[in-house]
Order: sequence, then structure tokens, then C-alpha cells
Amino acid sequence: MTDPAMRRRLRHFSVQGLPVAVMLLAVLLAWYVGTWVLNAPGAIERVLPPDGAWRWQDLLLATMEMQRPVLPAPHQVLLDFWSGMVDWPLDSPRNLLYHVAVTAESTLWGFVMGTLLGLVLSVCIVHSRTLDRALLPWIVASQSVPVLAIAPIVLVILGSLGFAGVAPKAVIAMYLCFFPVTVAMVQGLRSPQRIETEMLHTYAASRWQALWLLRLPAALPFLFPALRVGIAAGLVGAMVAELPTGAQAGLGARLLTGSYYGNTVQIWSALVMSALLGLALTTMVAGVERVVLRHRSHA
Amino acid sequence: MKRATKSTVLLVAGCLACGLLLMQSAPASGEAPPTPLFWLATSILALLAVQSIRRMAALDAARIYGTMTAALFGVWVVYFWQLLVVAFDVPRVLLPPPSLILQSLGSHGATLWGDFVQTVLRAVLIGWTLGSGLGFTVAVAIDRQPFLQRGLLPIASLTSTIPLVAVAPIAVMWFGFEWQSKAAVVTLMTFFPMLVSTLAGLKASGRLERELMHSYAASYGRTLLALRLPAALPFMFGALKVNATLALIGAIVAEFFGSPTSGLGFRISTEASRMNMPLVWSAIVVAAVTGSVAYALLVQLERRAAFWHPSVRES
Repeated sequence: MTDPAMRRRLRHFSVQGLPVAVMLLAVLLAWYVGTWVLNAPGAIERVLPPDGAWRWQDLLLATMEMQRPVLPAPHQVLLDFWSGMVDWPLDSPRNLLYHVAVTAESTLWGFVMGTLLGLVLSVCIVHSRTLDRALLPWIVASQSVPVLAIAPIVLVILGSLGFAGVAPKAVIAMYLCFFPVTVAMVQGLRSPQRIETEMLHTYAASRWQALWLLRLPAALPFLFPALRVGIAAGLVGAMVAELPTGAQAGLGARLLTGSYYGNTVQIWSALVMSALLGLALTTMVAGVERVVLRHRSHA
Repeated sequence: MKRATKSTVLLVAGCLACGLLLMQSAPASGEAPPTPLFWLATSILALLAVQSIRRMAALDAARIYGTMTAALFGVWVVYFWQLLVVAFDVPRVLLPPPSLILQSLGSHGATLWGDFVQTVLRAVLIGWTLGSGLGFTVAVAIDRQPFLQRGLLPIASLTSTIPLVAVAPIAVMWFGFEWQSKAAVVTLMTFFPMLVSTLAGLKASGRLERELMHSYAASYGRTLLALRLPAALPFMFGALKVNATLALIGAIVAEFFGSPTSGLGFRISTEASRMNMPLVWSAIVVAAVTGSVAYALLVQLERRAAFWHPSVRES
């Protein structure tokens, strides 16, 4: 306890970690209480002896171990989650990791393509007054429109053109990533001060040099928040793309089959998995951000 | 009017007139296969259209010209969409021409109105109000609880990376197929952005102003009402605007998971599987217009409510 580094870490935990831990514990507790309350009617009706010969402990136990609970208990979800990952071979459609891989693959493809498209388009917009005034307002306006709604159209179009598998899902993830990246990059590429652009001008720097040396580095702090938004949007897009027309694999398909067969525990474990995937993807982007921007001061 | 402006207006008017003329030709109405003459005319018109947009964009920086350039670009995109789709005889499943979408919008007006009521007026409006209201209430309630704030804020911020729409199947199980389950999803999706933004906004008032209030011996509630909540307005409106889009997305996607026989999301998914694309497109038009109108309304409201704030005065 006398070690100053140790004490500092302890202090850090009590300020930062403790409240979050308490909050998560409260959520867990509320979840168990919710399990008990919500499942009680079903348990009384279906599990417990109908003559009323049961104690409240029996009811409590029954609500925690329901076959088709209204709200599965956390440990049920955890068990299903765990068995979904280890009980089956990796390439089996019963394995949760298989579905994660399918969804992550299309999300990442879409993310990469959308980001590249956004980068190219934003560079064009910054260098062309026509594009800036004609196209940019539409891209900005699209932020207030539920663009995800055209996902079924994209699926139908690409489906009738003969694309299947990853491509349609990646396209949907792509256009969802594309919008925030473009808007943020245009803002970022324009962020250098006038004095800086004029200095490069006095050096007789070409447009490309100005772009490479000044505008792109200046735009990076704008780019990464947009990438985090984009990859989260892309994940939602990929999952939505897995819903219709009986998609075979992916977290979205897993959610849908779970809800068809009333398999609550499966829905919840797919939900937990998609939350973890979202966190993992964003953490990955944040990690890249930290590596790329590590030399920047925090000003 | 300046000379450049005048010549640009003339050019744009001329181009649009040529466009109208070309629209009357037989290939443009799908009566005859396109002839070389039609291709020549179309290419020339395309060049003219590009030129008209470039001239328009080169006008001075007045805001009205910017809007008009964007509008002109939109008009030309829709025009060539119509012209080329009809001339090439593109299958309707791939891309219906705008005229057909408009027609379907008119002929299915009653259906789409029913969907609008179901999705927007029930699920979105109620969910958005509940979610944003709850987020605001919780943020104000824990304003004096730093422990709760430090515990809630990281969790609430993390939820933006999680596909919350995925709770839709659970919501359907709990609240049924009707709009209540969609409103529940929307409530969950809009709660966290509002909570995070309000918490950030309540910290936005300056130290000087807070100390002034302190020197007036203003109570906590008085400071909250007179200083801190007004200072938080731009943050809250930011969240309300984000939430408006999120709520529409949430309600539409939640309907993909199961819904009664109306609703924009239901319409989009079922008509897409029946290959009735014009109706799908018109449902999307309804959703897009709703989103834009909601956004515009919120911007206007923000101008009224936070007229004194620098971010509003500048724009």
C-alpha cells in the first residue's frame, strides 16, 4: 500500500472504475430481479406443481431455469453464449463465432470500401467548387434521412444482378460508412488555417503536395471520430442485410431465427455477441487512431 | 442583376427547355427504341447540364446560389434517371423511373398515409419523446451525483457503438407486434444520446457566469434554470436532431423483425420481397421527407429557443 504507483492506480480505480463497477452490478441485480418478476407467471403456470404445493424458493429457482423465459437470467445467457462458442466446430452454423465471422467480414469489407470512397470523394469536393456546391449539400442532408431504409432495395438489385454472399451486405455497410466519412473529411481537409495554406503557396507547393503535407494530416483528427461512427453504422447495416430472404448466417440471421422459434436465450446471446462485436470494432479503430496520432499534442 | 448572373440564368433556362423538348421524343417515353439522333441529343444535353451546374457554382458565394446549385444538380440527376431508365428499358425491379415512383406515391396514397401514421406518428413520435425526455430527466436528476455520473457516462457513451436495434426481436416478444414494441426500441435508442449530451451541456456554462450566479446567492435550482439549462440548449438540440434520425431508423428496422400489416418498414420489406419496387421507393421517399422535415423543424425550434447562442447567430 505504500507503493506510490500502486496508490495512484487505486485512486484511479476508485474515481473511474468503482462507479462503473457499481453501475454494472446494479444492472446485473436489476436483471435478476427482472428475471424473477417477469418469469414468475409463466413458471407458476407451466413448471410448478398445479396444486399450489410450492414455496417461494421453488418459484425463484424455477424462474432462473426456464426453458423459454420471458427474460433469461444472466447466467443462462452466459452459459448459452459459452456453449455457443466452444461446443461446436468453428465452421458449424451452430457456432456463434461462425456467425460473428460472417458479420464481421462483410462489415469490414464495407467499412474499407466506404472509407476509401469517402476519402476520394472528399478530396474531389475540396478541390472542385462545382462538386462542393452541387453534391455536398445532398451528402450533408442525407445525414438526416434514414438511409438504412434502402437496404432491402440494394439487396433486391444486387440479388437480381446475380451477386450473393458477402457483396450485398458489404455494399450496404459501405454506403452507411461513406456518408459520415465524407462529411467529416471535407470539414477536416478545410481545417488548415489560411496562413498555413498561404505558406505552402509561397513555397510553390503543388495542390498534391498541399494535400499530402498539410490537408491530410490536418484532417486526421476529424477522420477518426467519423470512422468510429461509420463502423458502428456499418455493423448495423450488415446485420440488417442479414435479415430478409432467409439469410443463412450472420448475427442478424441468428437474431431472426431466434425470434422465429421463440428461442429467447439464443436471441440474448446473439445480442450480447453483437454488442461485443461492436465494441471490438470500435476499439480497433480507436487503437489505430492512438497509433496514428500518438505524436500529436493534446492541444 | 449582374451580367454573369443573367447569362447563367439564361443558360439554365435554355438547358431546362431543351431537356423538356427531349423528354417529348419517342424514345424518352418508351415508345420507340433509342435512335442515334436521340443519343446525340442526350450527350449534348448532358454536356450542357454539366456546364449549367458549373456556371451556377461559379457564381458568388451568396447562400441562395448555393441552394440553387444543389437544387439544379438534384433536378438534373432525376431528369437523367428518368430519361435513361426509360430509354434503356431498365427492368423495373432494378430501378423504376421517377415518374413511376410518383405515380405509385399517388395511387397508394392511402396505404402510405396509414404506414406514416403507424410508424412516424405512433412509434417514432412516442418513442422519441419518451427516450429523449427520459434521457433529459435522468441527466438532470444525477446532476448532483458525481458518483452516478462517473458510473453512467462511460456506459452510456459505449452504447453508441452497440447495434441497439438488435433488441427489436425481444421488444416484439415483450410488447407484441403493434407499435408499442417499436416505440420501446426507439426509446432505448434515443435515451443514451440525450443523456450524454445533456450531461455535457450542463457542464458547458462558463466559470465566470457560474461565479456570478454564486455571488447573487442564487440557489441550485435557480442557477440550473437561469444559467445552466439555457447553456445546455445547443447540446440538447444536437441530441434531439441525432435522435430524430435514429428514431426513424430504429422504428423502420424494428418493423423488419415483425410488425402488423402496416408501417413504413413493413411496407419496404414486404413490397421488396414481392418485387413491387415503385411502392418500395415511394415508402422510402416518405421516410426521407419525414426525416428532412423533422430535422428542419428542430433547426427552426433551436433558432427560436437558443437565438442568443453564438453557434445559432453565426449560421
